[in-house]
Amino acid sequence: MNWWQRLWQRTKMENQLEKELRFHLDQHAGELTARGYSPEEARRQARLAFGGPEQFKEECRDARGTRWLDDLFQDVGYALRMLRKNAGFTAVALLTLALGIGATTAMFTVINGVLLKPLPFSAPNRLVTLQEKTDWTNQYGDLWAFAYPNYLDCKRESRSLDMAAWRYSGGTVSGERGAEFVDGYQISPDMFSVLGVTPARGRAFLPEEDRAGATPVIIISYGLWQRLFGANSSAIGMTLSFEGKPYTIVGIAPPNFRISGDEVDVFTPIGQESSEDIQMRDRHPGISVVARLRPRVNLTEAQTELTLIGRRLAIQYPDSNKGRTFVADPLRPDVGQARSTLWLLLGAVVLVLLIACVNVASLLLARAVSRERELAMRAALGASRGRLVRQCLTESGVLGLTGGALGIFLADMGVHQFVAFWPGSLPRAEEVHLDWRVLLFTVAVSLLSGLLFGLAPALRAPARELEKLLRAGTRTLAGSSRRLHSGFVISEIALAVVLLVAAGMLVRTVLRLSALDPGVKTGNVLIARMALSPGTVTDTAKIRPAWQNVLDRARSVPGVQSVALVDTVPMREGINELNYSATPSIASVNDLPNALATSVTPDYLQVMGISLLRGRFFNGEDRAGSEKVVVIDEVLAQNAFGAQDPVGKRLWLPGTSSPFSAGTDAPDTVRIIGVVRHVRHWGLASDDQAEVRSQLYYPFAQVADPLLRRWSELISIAVRTNIAPLSVVESLRSQLRGATGDQVLYGVRTMDQLAGDSLAQQRFLLLLFGIFASLALLLACVGIYGVLAYLANQRVPEIGVRMALGATAGDVVRLVLRDSLAMIFIGVTLGTFAALAAGRLLVHLVDGMRPAELSTLVAMISVLVFAALFASFVPARRASRVDPMRALRQE
Amino acid sequence: MAAKSDLPQGTLDLLILKVIALGPVHGYAIAQRLQQVSRDVVQVPQGSLYPALHRLENRGLLTADWNETETGREAKFYRLTRKGRAQLETESASWDRLTEAIGLILGMADAEGGPR
Repeated sequence: MNWWQRLWQRTKMENQLEKELRFHLDQHAGELTARGYSPEEARRQARLAFGGPEQFKEECRDARGTRWLDDLFQDVGYALRMLRKNAGFTAVALLTLALGIGATTAMFTVINGVLLKPLPFSAPNRLVTLQEKTDWTNQYGDLWAFAYPNYLDCKRESRSLDMAAWRYSGGTVSGERGAEFVDGYQISPDMFSVLGVTPARGRAFLPEEDRAGATPVIIISYGLWQRLFGANSSAIGMTLSFEGKPYTIVGIAPPNFRISGDEVDVFTPIGQESSEDIQMRDRHPGISVVARLRPRVNLTEAQTELTLIGRRLAIQYPDSNKGRTFVADPLRPDVGQARSTLWLLLGAVVLVLLIACVNVASLLLARAVSRERELAMRAALGASRGRLVRQCLTESGVLGLTGGALGIFLADMGVHQFVAFWPGSLPRAEEVHLDWRVLLFTVAVSLLSGLLFGLAPALRAPARELEKLLRAGTRTLAGSSRRLHSGFVISEIALAVVLLVAAGMLVRTVLRLSALDPGVKTGNVLIARMALSPGTVTDTAKIRPAWQNVLDRARSVPGVQSVALVDTVPMREGINELNYSATPSIASVNDLPNALATSVTPDYLQVMGISLLRGRFFNGEDRAGSEKVVVIDEVLAQNAFGAQDPVGKRLWLPGTSSPFSAGTDAPDTVRIIGVVRHVRHWGLASDDQAEVRSQLYYPFAQVADPLLRRWSELISIAVRTNIAPLSVVESLRSQLRGATGDQVLYGVRTMDQLAGDSLAQQRFLLLLFGIFASLALLLACVGIYGVLAYLANQRVPEIGVRMALGATAGDVVRLVLRDSLAMIFIGVTLGTFAALAAGRLLVHLVDGMRPAELSTLVAMISVLVFAALFASFVPARRASRVDPMRALRQE
Repeated sequence: MAAKSDLPQGTLDLLILKVIALGPVHGYAIAQRLQQVSRDVVQVPQGSLYPALHRLENRGLLTADWNETETGREAKFYRLTRKGRAQLETESASWDRLTEAIGLILGMADAEGGPR
């Protein structure tokens, strides 16, 4: 029998033990009776010879080797009885713990899903991402997206890695139900096998489908399959029109299949891409590469091989590949800013949990002091010190686990709220749910909290100076726990100060940032991305008229005041940087300053409400063939020309990146015709810290013809309305559908929303820190009240003496308050130091935060001190009402 | 009771194993046999036999079944396991060596001191 069987059969074993011993006694007595003893005498003799049966039973139980489990059972039962008996104490302690553990569990659930869970591919730890690395660095760093030919060479030559490539390629899917814009990837045929994923229906691409001129085939997402085909298996083999071209559907991706970031709806073979630039080793569009380490190969070996391949290619293609190698890094989920935010919140939540633990510890300690006589009695009856400590810890463990169980319920509710409130969409949100990892975490946290708050009371259990304890009244025992109690209050106050100051800093930040002028008038502006008809973009000659047509038709929509086209919209994702020079001699492109470049149509200034400071903005005369012109913002003006008037001056744009020309290396000379106000392009919170703030506008009409198609794919339409902006969306959509009905608007936002989103992280943190800080304040006040009430109660006899000797009620209040003031003072001092350190962390992690200002500190600390004094005033008052006679008689 | 402290550490286990080695036997019979065989020299409270039995059982030296006695009552009969038998052999051997050594030492003292 192993130990759990024994445990299982505890009752049975008890019965058998009883039976065995009884048999012995009966047998002995029987024999004695046979020898002539009277039955009573025989029994007595047998018992005498046997010894004390209870003692031997105990020893037998010990011999079983499951003693500790029996004890645990006993202790748990005892603990449950004690908790039930003190319902009030239990309720407060459990509620406190449930809140602390619940909040911590909720945060951990999110962190687990977003940051810790492995990617949903088979053996994800064998997957790596590959990038190109140069031995030089510029403002973008030294890591680059792969060139497709480099990828093909690496893939062919590598013996250690199985590689697959992908590249974004969204487009318009059209059919009888109208057209819609979907996100898509071009992938290499082995993408599914490298990731270890099988299509839900149909098949992956075949190698022979991965070349120009092969039959157009497409794999669609599970979601699109349900949306367009009602999850009908007959979709395989059917035709889907994507970007105006018919594709045969060969497969359906598994549900929630994500290569990186969001789910995309269509996959096409990357080898069928016909544009020339993808075949280039420089000035290429860039692809992403994921690879799986072959069996028995480690990352270092793969890296060595990649370096060798890189060196060989550098010799073979010196123009593009000199100083260029390839690096492999473990594949990690791309979660962007969420990482720091989540850890920050977990930190805050742990502070709340600590306060909760301290609170429960002080409650338990107060109870332990009043239970000291009980414990002393048990020690006197033979319980060892270890046994008593164990029993106390069992009690707090039971309390912790029960609190944890309640906490899991709270967490389950809280997590959904959290994900829903997360600004934008939480990366990997689909992975966020309670699982065994979370349960394990909660059990660990519960037990750890139990240990934390149970330790202090448990260590008081040792029965030192036993008989003194038994003889003494409770009063004499109080002194030793005093320091511990003050310690609890001090640490609670210190922790609360940290959270309060952090919340205060966030309030200041959000208020300050919200009041900032974004540089654009955000009210009544609608922004939508727009995809021209696939039939139009393939023909450069049709593109400009098509956009003109879009502008004209949009202007005719009722409620629309003015319309413009723009490629990169302020405060939205996506930027375009451009080198510029204020002198004609361009030494090295890498040394030139950068500006955010935006291509727009003439009405842009009007639509966005950006103020013109000098000169003029673009008009209809600025078109292809006329003088190349730009408008700059005040920051660029200041950077490039200082106090001089920049209007009429010229800038030189390096040929490699200038949008005014394509395929030449000669710089373009452009004239500055106006200066406008700076726009907070990076968002309200981040613009001040951004590295590139200078802005430069150029006319969409002057974009070089060969670039028109690529530019068109990035264009958004910006509309100023005189009615609620979202109400014109439907009429805009139908007006802009185009002759073939496959021009689509997507990604519709208002500028107000974009401006709000740029502060969303700060607001979200403020909301949560606000909640945590309030919780901390409340818990700390409850803790202070509890401790002071307890301490004051312990001092009743002393107070009685003082009052009998002539102290007034006011003296007593002062006496009690002096204690609490001392604790508050120390707590606030320690807390302030901790808060300053935590504040530095916040400044580091959150855009737009500034170090805690004195006024914030003073304000938040006053709130705490006021609340703490209020909490201590109640017990102080009560102490002052002590009846001296009764207090003295209590002696 | 006084004999309890006279019994060297571990000897009770050895005695029990030896008694049980003769065949399946219940606790009361073990107690009786110990007293008879040792001619009442070994006197322990009979109850102290049981913790020892349970300990040996837990260590896998003994195994036990509930069977009927000749009088028709159910009793717990102990048997040696293979491990128990091996243990008995090594322990008796080391006990023999010990007693022999002690006997030698005592005999030697006699020889040197001569008759008193």
